[in-house]
Order: sequence, then structure tokens, then C-alpha cells
Amino acid sequence: AYKRFSELLPKEERENACSARVPKSQILTLPELRANPFQHRICHVFSTSESGDDSMSFEDFLDMLSVFSDSATSDIKSHYAFRIFDFDEDGTLDRKDLEQLVNCLTGQGEESRLNSAEMEQLIQNILEESDIDKDGTINLSEFQHVVSRSPDFARWGGWGFIT
Amino acid sequence: RYSEQADTEHLSRWKKWRRTSSKSLKKALSEAKGVSSYLVLWRHDIHSIEGRKFGAGIQSYFSFLRFLVLLNFIMFILMFSFITLPIIISKYGVLNSTIAYISPKNTEDVCTVYEPSDNKGLVYFYTYLKDLLSGTGFLEVTSLFYGYYSIDTLWISITRYNLPLAYLLATFAYLALSFLWIIKRSVEGFTHNLVHDADPFQSYCNKVFAGWDFCITDPNAARLKHRSLQYELQTDLQEEKLKQKIAERTMGEKLRIYSLRIFINIIVIAILSGCFYSIYRVTVFSQETSNVSIRNDSRTDLVNLLVQYLPSIVITLANFIGPLIFSFLIRFEEYTPAFEIKLTLLRCVFVRLANIAVLLFSLWSQISGCASDKCKPCGYNYKLYPCWESDVGQEMYKLMIFDFIVILAVPLFVDFPRKLLVTHYSCKLVQWFGYKEFEISDNVLEIIYGQTICWIGTFFSPLLPAIATVKYFIIFYVKKIVLVHTRKPAARPIRASSSNFFFMVVLLIGLILAFIPLAVSIAHIPSSKACGPFRNFNTSWEVIPVTILQFPTVLQQIFFRMASEAFAVPFFVILCIIMFYVIALARAHKRVVEQLREQLV
Repeated sequence: AYKRFSELLPKEERENACSARVPKSQILTLPELRANPFQHRICHVFSTSESGDDSMSFEDFLDMLSVFSDSATSDIKSHYAFRIFDFDEDGTLDRKDLEQLVNCLTGQGEESRLNSAEMEQLIQNILEESDIDKDGTINLSEFQHVVSRSPDFARWGGWGFIT
Repeated sequence: RYSEQADTEHLSRWKKWRRTSSKSLKKALSEAKGVSSYLVLWRHDIHSIEGRKFGAGIQSYFSFLRFLVLLNFIMFILMFSFITLPIIISKYGVLNSTIAYISPKNTEDVCTVYEPSDNKGLVYFYTYLKDLLSGTGFLEVTSLFYGYYSIDTLWISITRYNLPLAYLLATFAYLALSFLWIIKRSVEGFTHNLVHDADPFQSYCNKVFAGWDFCITDPNAARLKHRSLQYELQTDLQEEKLKQKIAERTMGEKLRIYSLRIFINIIVIAILSGCFYSIYRVTVFSQETSNVSIRNDSRTDLVNLLVQYLPSIVITLANFIGPLIFSFLIRFEEYTPAFEIKLTLLRCVFVRLANIAVLLFSLWSQISGCASDKCKPCGYNYKLYPCWESDVGQEMYKLMIFDFIVILAVPLFVDFPRKLLVTHYSCKLVQWFGYKEFEISDNVLEIIYGQTICWIGTFFSPLLPAIATVKYFIIFYVKKIVLVHTRKPAARPIRASSSNFFFMVVLLIGLILAFIPLAVSIAHIPSSKACGPFRNFNTSWEVIPVTILQFPTVLQQIFFRMASEAFAVPFFVILCIIMFYVIALARAHKRVVEQLREQLV
């Protein structure tokens, strides 16, 4: 893992990679993040930089790898998935978050988005399935509940290139 | 740790040796598997198709093609080694072999007159081309057709080789082999289908929260995943809306829709009967005129060739127009999208396979249709068809060649000019025309049609599988080039597992359809007395009873018992009991699965 991290730094800073911070543009060149529609959210969630430029230190990098590895528990995965999907960072997944989430999934570009009627119907269905207290938003415990029943989530984020 | 060490010391040397040898055996097996995977035909080509933007559904089409190439190759090896090879060995006198021609015993002489018009003397070159395309002339007397095998027994050194029996058994062998291989492949697809069809878990939350595969690193694969997610979400939403609409239908609307559906089905049946009738008339016309012109030579050769190919042309037209009309009509019937696709496919399959059946039926009506006592001596129309099996073989041969020509010509004259137009002219009309998608179902039905022809034709023309192998081999590369250069990726990605199972089911339907005409020809229509290995028998099937009668009495008794009622009825009853047991077991399993599902949710 240290090797992967130090490869992202420019040559001069490689000696003290332990304390250096890699800028976001470099992180996005990682092959696993390159094609991922949630790349920006992932960088933002795992970055602990105070200046808000989403750069990651080595500890942040390790954090990210450990969450996305095969040996992470589903608790940890669902916690971080909730933070990644929460686009406006208000602690709940409301309609706007869900809309942005679906748009990320279906791809960039105008013709790959669902039209507003379909989006409305889809969000309605999602809220029906997961919103237990019927407040129109999904909080962390509702999210973890619905995700624990989903068979595909167990394989979520399994990068597996680091043991 | 000390106790473990003590344990291993106590293991006798025998056990240690067994453990090390099983480990090295496993390693050797896995290495052998790795090496043998390199030998799989076209492994690299098919992977590259999957890796590009075309998806797993199209990849399953190409592996289906590969399966057919292998199947035809094995069929060819089977027929060649059991039928053609012994004749070649005896004709060249290798291994001290001789041929015995037994003259037919109690048949009229007029039935045995058969003079294939072999080209002797100076002929024009185009006669060879015409013969190549229509299977007459010099091709008729080669080992390609049934007429060549007019041999009754072969003596290879001292063993007697019963060629008629071998011919019949090889036919049954290739049918059984195809049947078993297809069942084996479809079972794999079926179990896959069943496991992945868990509907309650394909909920929207599952798709949205856990839908993205984080292991995707290639931008092209990412694009494909985006598209498939979009399509899945859209179809699910559409189906839900449609189901709501169906549930809300009033009585009046229901009546209207049902009567509309009945009306459209009547139209479909009318179209089908129109196709069948035209094929029947065209076949009769083609047979009559080609027979007449062979005697009179009154037409030019090109027109003659056209007339001979008329049934193939009409069948291909019907196969092309039928599906277009069906996909237009089904929009009015307002089914759910999934059911629409299935119903259209079913209708297209029926059109294609029934066309072949009608062709064969019209051929038979010609062969055994006797107006004025013409068939009395021999049981079939001996004047026009002295060697009718060769004629049927020729028709199948022509169908296959024409099918091949069409598959080669369509990319050449339709797809590549279309691509040139779209890339070089940027006017709105042409751009709207655009690239076509790769329609999997059309292409699959095309090759299944070809394979059904091959199955039917192999009895009448034993080397036909070789032609089919070469044909599918070339088609693989043609389709691949067409796919890569002129097709855009499908807007609706199709699941690979359900495609595989669907291909196998339709292929099985084709095989069963091929079996019926063969059964009728073998058992019902009298074999021709002028050519072929079954000259001395009434029908081709008679070889088997005659051979059984030559067995020692014990075996004879066994065979007769097996065919009698005292055996057949209990056998049938036991089969029914087994079937009911298996069905009950399946139902019980299904109930257990439902209960487990309830517990999880």
C-alpha cells in the first residue's frame, strides 16, 4: 500500500511520503477510481485536509483502502456508503441526494438521465421500500437496515488488490 | 503446537505419501487445465468482443456459433468414418477389401433405372458452376449425395461390414449426439437462470445502493455498466406502470383489448398460411419445370438455375418479411415488454421452422403423389424421381448454399454501404438512419434455421456437415467484422444467462422438427430401388428388423419382448411415476425457498 501511495507523489517528495499530502487530481488517476462515478465523493469523504482541497495523506489513503477491501465488515461499509451517498452532507438522504445518486449511476450526458417522471417514480419506490418513519428522508439506521437485506451489497466496494 | 508436531510424526509414511501425491496431482491438473484453455477455439476473439463495448449477450451469440462449428465437425467425422471411409477403403482395395452388390430380388426392373446425367465429353465451364450451385451433374454422382452409396456389403479382409445398417445407425447416432449435447448445455443455462431470477431481491434499493461495481477500471466497461443500469431502471419502472394500467382496466377496455388480440392473431395465422401456400406452389412449380427442362433443354441455363433456387428465394423472403410484420403488429396488442419480446420471438421461430416443414411436405407430395397409377410398381413416382433421396438431398444442399450466399451478401450490399453513407454524408436524414444495432435474436434464428437444414439433409447427403462446418467458420469471421466495423453497441443490453438458455431451447425445437421428417422418410416412404444402400428393403427402417432376425434366438427374444406391450406399458407407467416424483420434489423445494425468503425479509 505504501508503494502505491508513494507512486502518486512527484519524485521529490517521495522520501517523506509518510507526511506528505497527495492532491486530489493525483488520487483520481488511480485505476480503481478513474471509472468510478463516485470518485469526487470518495475523495471528499476520506480526506482529512483542513483546507478543503480534498488532498489525502497516507493515513487517509489507508483508511480508504481498508473500507473498500474484502475484509471490511458490512457495518463499516454501510456507514461509509451512507456518507458517500449523502451529497449535501446533512446527515440524511433526502430527495435531492437520491436524485443525484441516480444520475451518477446512469452516467454523464443528457441522454443517459432518467426523465423527471421516471425519477419521481423511482424515488417514490425507494422511499417506500426504505423509509420506515415516513419522514421523506433516509437516515443512517434506515439505510443500514435496507442495505443489510440487499444481497448485492455484501460485495460492495471489494477492491481486493490489497489484502 | 507440540501436539500437532507429534501427530504429524505419528502419521505413517503411507499417509504422508498420499498427501503429497494428491497435492502434486492437483497441481498437475490445474496446469493441464490452464494449457487446455489455450486450445479452446477462438478463445481470444470472443474475449475481445466481450471486452469491447458490446456486452455479454452478443458474446453468448458468438460462443453459440463456436458450439455449432464443433457439433457439425463431430457429425462430419461420425458420418465420414462410418460411411464414406469404408467405401473409400474398399474402392481402392486397401486391406484386401471387396464390395458386394446384391441385385434386388423381387422388384420390377423399371424401378431400378437410374441414369444421373454425369458430364461426359466437352462441357462449358459454367456447367460446372451450375452443377456446383444446384447439386446436379457431376456433383450428383459424388459421395456428397445418397445415390453414391449403392453398396450392400463390404468385405474388409474377413469381416463383413453391413453398410445399410451402418448408414441408419450413424443417422440415429448423430441425432442422439446433438440431442444430448444440447440438453447438457441447456441444463447449465437453466440452473444459472433459476438462481439469478430471484425477483423479490431485485428491488429498487438494491439496484440503486449496491448497483455500481467498484471493480470496474476501464472507461468502456464503465459506459456499458451505466447504460445497463439505466436500461434496467427504466424497464422496471415501465413494467410497474404497465402493471398498474392493466390492473386499472375497465371491463370495456378489457373486452376491446381481447378482441383486438384475437383479430391480430387471426391476421398472423392468415399471413402464415399465405407463406405456406406460396412455398408449396413454388416448390411444386420448381420441381415440375426443372424435371421437364432436363428432358427438353428448352430454357437457358440461368433461368433454369433461377427456377431451381425459387423455393430457397421464397423461403428467405418469407423469413425476412414475417418478423418485420410481427414486430409491427405486436405493438397493438399491449402486452408487457418482456412478454412482447417472447411472443415475437416465438412467432419468428415458428415461421422459420414451419417453412422448412412445408417445403419438405410439398416435396413428398410430389414424390409419392401419383395421379394415374404411376407409383404402382415401386411405391413412389419412379419416372420423375428414380433416386428421390438424392433429390431431397439436393434441395437441402441448395437451401444451405443459398442461405450462405445471403448471409455473405447482406453485409456486403447493405451494411458496408450504409456505414459509408453515414460516415461521409452528414445530412440529417442519413444521420437519423444511422448505424444499426446487432440484433441477436434475428442472427440466432438465422443460424438455427441453417442448422435445422443440416440435420435434415445429413441423412440424404452425408457430407453436408462438412459444408456446414466451413460455412459457420466463415460466418464467425464475417459477423465479427460486421459487428466491429458497422454496428453500434446495443441501447438495451441483454442478460447473457437467459440468452444462452433461449438459444438452446430454440435449437432443441429445431432438432425435434428435423427429426419428424427424417422419421417419416425412413419409416414410411419406400426407399428408392435404383440407388442407395436400402435398395433391397421396402423402407429404410427395414434394415433393423432384418438384422435382428439374423441374431441368435436369445437376443431376438429379448428384442421382441422389448417391443411388445407386456414390456412397453409397465415401462411407460414407471416413467410417469418417476416424472411425478421429480415434479413433487421440485414443488417441495420451491416451498422451502419461499419460506426461507420470508424469513430473510
